[in-house]
Amino acid sequence: MLKFTEDHEWLNIADGIATVGITTHAVEQLGDLVFVDLPETGASLGKGDAAATVESVKAASDVYCPLEGEIVEINDAIRNDPSIVNAEPQGAGWFFRLKLANPADAEGLMDEAAYLALVG
Amino acid sequence: MDDTADLKKTPLTALNIELGGKMVGFAGYEMPVQFPEGVMKEHLHTRAKAGLFDVSHMGQVILRPKSGKVEDAALALERLVPVDVLGLKPGRQRYGLFTDAQGGILDDLMFANRGDHLFVVVNAGCKEQDVALMRAGLSDVCEVIELTDRALVALQGPAAESALAALAPEVASMAFMDVREVQILGAPCIVSRSGYSGEDGYEVSVPEGKAVEFVRTLLSNPDVHPIGLGARDSLRLEAGLCLYGNDIDTGTTPVAAALEWAVQKVRRTGGARAGGFPGADVILAEFERGASRRRVGIAPEGRAPIRGGAELFLDETSDAPVGRITSGGFGPTLNAPVAMGYVATSIAQPGTRLFAELRGKRLPVTVATLPFITPGYKR
Repeated sequence: MLKFTEDHEWLNIADGIATVGITTHAVEQLGDLVFVDLPETGASLGKGDAAATVESVKAASDVYCPLEGEIVEINDAIRNDPSIVNAEPQGAGWFFRLKLANPADAEGLMDEAAYLALVG
Repeated sequence: MDDTADLKKTPLTALNIELGGKMVGFAGYEMPVQFPEGVMKEHLHTRAKAGLFDVSHMGQVILRPKSGKVEDAALALERLVPVDVLGLKPGRQRYGLFTDAQGGILDDLMFANRGDHLFVVVNAGCKEQDVALMRAGLSDVCEVIELTDRALVALQGPAAESALAALAPEVASMAFMDVREVQILGAPCIVSRSGYSGEDGYEVSVPEGKAVEFVRTLLSNPDVHPIGLGARDSLRLEAGLCLYGNDIDTGTTPVAAALEWAVQKVRRTGGARAGGFPGADVILAEFERGASRRRVGIAPEGRAPIRGGAELFLDETSDAPVGRITSGGFGPTLNAPVAMGYVATSIAQPGTRLFAELRGKRLPVTVATLPFITPGYKR
């Protein structure tokens, strides 16, 4: 199940675990990423908490935790090479995996058609 | 793009949009922050080949001496800047600073001796204030004429010479900080061999009616790419050059800003024309005693860019900051974060280890020598 947030994150949810990243649209807005700061594995985050930071040449932006849950895995590859996020934002450039506290909460997020309508 | 509706345009704004520039407001102008190539590639291209920048938002001002003698305009301008203007030879350009009565910096500028007048270039964000300052301070001696009908184009990088010389062969023989009037595409242009990227290159003042043709002709050379303000900022930061409003302002003095080189000996204590500029008592005293803080390069040890505003500490736990970052970001040429800022003079030696606070964490940084790159100026 693929879901999106208004903060331009995507979630690919299976068995109560959401793989989270930032959207192609977000990456186009940010430009070349030069640094990614990821949360600690095991961290419990609430919906809307700052979970990660991305820095382009120009500016820093927060990536928010889209739903309440626990960080169960992070993508170290993008920490070592942030350009992976530019190249494959909705694939190899994922940020972290989140064990959802309440998987049903995901129903409230946008589907892909709604997100694409939002970003025009 | 509604947010750009009230912004002023340059003679090149329409072309910048046509080239895919992502337009933002900067100093009241609608300017490209980047082109489709993106900041990183634009930066690297400028260092490898040549980048073309629309800097028409900057102020271009002529100081024409009423007496007809450029020396009179030079002496008059020396009332406003702690710089040797009189000693600047015809056909040469120099960096300068407008200072205030407290020794602070009102703006930085470039000025050129054009034989029978001075040609001054000031920052976009300060130009109204600068023109007013010059009108108030110099009008007894000079006509102060703001040129509003000319574009200003910077062409920077190792391929700048060949690209511009293809249109005007004589520019190849110019040295760093030379200034000449050159006919380009049939139009009288003022060309200086200078810029603000740390690279060899030129700034060209071109009549507005010729600006688009001039830029299109340069861009037809595959070595020349259009570059936005984003890369302009990362280029000048790697080159250790100050951005007015970030790294220098009315709260910083020339000595604190490590710009002693911009105050020639003739204007310092013991010089033939010592003092006689705003804030001379403060500024000259700092040449003797030093300033309490100093602008330095800051090299973060990790990968995280540390940007302007971040505070600097002696260690990971101390409460009182000992300095502050004024400009910082990622340096594409170094492939590492770079920054500059002010620290207490006692800890300004290169190699001093400090900590910058970023998002609640203290990250190790090292005081570094500026510039971060080796400049390509053609002396």
